[in-house]
Amino acid sequence: MSGRCAAGGPLVTSSLRQVVIVGASAGGLATGEALRRGGFDGTITLVGDEPHLPYDRPPLSKELLAGEWDLDRLPLRPSADIEALSLDLRLGATATGVDLGRRVVVLDSGEEIGFDALVAATGVRARRLPGGQGHVLRTLEDAVALRDRLRPGTRLAVVGAGFLGAEVAAVARRLGCEVTMIEPAPVPLAHAVGTEIGAMLTRAHIDHGVDLRTGTGVSAVHDGGLTLADGTEVEADEVLVAIGSVPNAGWLAAGGLPVDDGLVCDRYCEAAPGVYGVGDVARWHNDLFGTSMRIEHRTHAAEQGLAVARAILDPDRRRPFAPVPYFWSDQYDMRIQAYGYLRGHDEVRIVDGNLDERRFVAAYRTGDRLVGVLGIGTTPRTLREWRKKVADAATWEQALTDVVEEGVSSGTR
Amino acid sequence: MTYRIEFDEPKCVAAGQCVMVAPDVFDQRDEDGVAIVLDETPSEDLLDEVEEAAAVCPAAALRVVRS
Repeated sequence: MSGRCAAGGPLVTSSLRQVVIVGASAGGLATGEALRRGGFDGTITLVGDEPHLPYDRPPLSKELLAGEWDLDRLPLRPSADIEALSLDLRLGATATGVDLGRRVVVLDSGEEIGFDALVAATGVRARRLPGGQGHVLRTLEDAVALRDRLRPGTRLAVVGAGFLGAEVAAVARRLGCEVTMIEPAPVPLAHAVGTEIGAMLTRAHIDHGVDLRTGTGVSAVHDGGLTLADGTEVEADEVLVAIGSVPNAGWLAAGGLPVDDGLVCDRYCEAAPGVYGVGDVARWHNDLFGTSMRIEHRTHAAEQGLAVARAILDPDRRRPFAPVPYFWSDQYDMRIQAYGYLRGHDEVRIVDGNLDERRFVAAYRTGDRLVGVLGIGTTPRTLREWRKKVADAATWEQALTDVVEEGVSSGTR
Repeated sequence: MTYRIEFDEPKCVAAGQCVMVAPDVFDQRDEDGVAIVLDETPSEDLLDEVEEAAAVCPAAALRVVRS
């Protein structure tokens, strides 16, 4: 990781007095904190559409849903730390538009807030089925509502076997629920992690008693269950819809900003002069991988918040934001960890360990580059060494040179 | 001004971000990757790194307390 916070007191130009951050979750908070650490003593307005102080989302589908954590474990910071930031905090307020000419953000109350710099960190919302039925899992309230319905014997249908659906299925099985999981793709997660690893993760669900229906979608949700696209009925007491998410970028588009599956930003995460994107809502150009990407990972939101705060405070010395994305997922007794940009890969190769034992490192190739690694049950040192190769933009050949090749090798598309 | 690191270990998700940002201050357990704070009161010249490590911790498990 390169780069430091601009420490050592205010080096902020006097033209920067008012920063508005829309979105009060991990990315927005990280931006505000980094601005203060960097010496910014002007006004920071933090707008959040939820009524809560910033809280953490990954535990919603893990510890909170499992009943292992209470709500008091969720806040990202103690309230005293939030107070110490001296924010102009607007909770329960939604931005509906932005006027770039007048440099104001418009809230749902009609109020306008002026800015010298604007940070869009409004995240994503859960995608729903056409009828809107079923639980989704994005907010604290969503998680509590689902948690309160999961009891031993509850019949839960999970629509979508992505990471979120898979985590919820794993928790629900542990709680003694009967779980049916429905996934239109033939192999869950194949597009994300490759066919072989997707199949391995799928076997874990089957081993744990999940009734998995692949290759079919859902045509209707009704009282008592689901009708699948192939005509099959699935009985269920509760339905979770986990079919992806949609960037909350309507307010940005309304202001004439470029929106295309997220706020379109440049390599500095800037979408228009003085307007930046952070976290799930932001699509930016990552020079390390030579492609535009939008990343919905917890770690990414904080890292991008730091980078944007630095760019706002010291625009002359800003550097392209070119991180190695990271995510983790907990399913049954497995912790899946991945570094890099796996999407659209050409090849997956097991470079350490063994897929059947669920202890391995897989390397991902796109073109002639090592673009990512995914590990389960491996040592942190091993994974960090592989991450470094990704960060160094190693070629596939370089990356595999010191590795004793074992296990399988396969193309995935 | 001095500072110390508070680590809420049960929250740690073993991402290792802290080790990559501040390798002199953090390490990870081999068996499960949970972070280890090597020095709870690091020197002042490491403050930037430590604050960044706390900022990027995906579990919000690290806190820098100034005294």
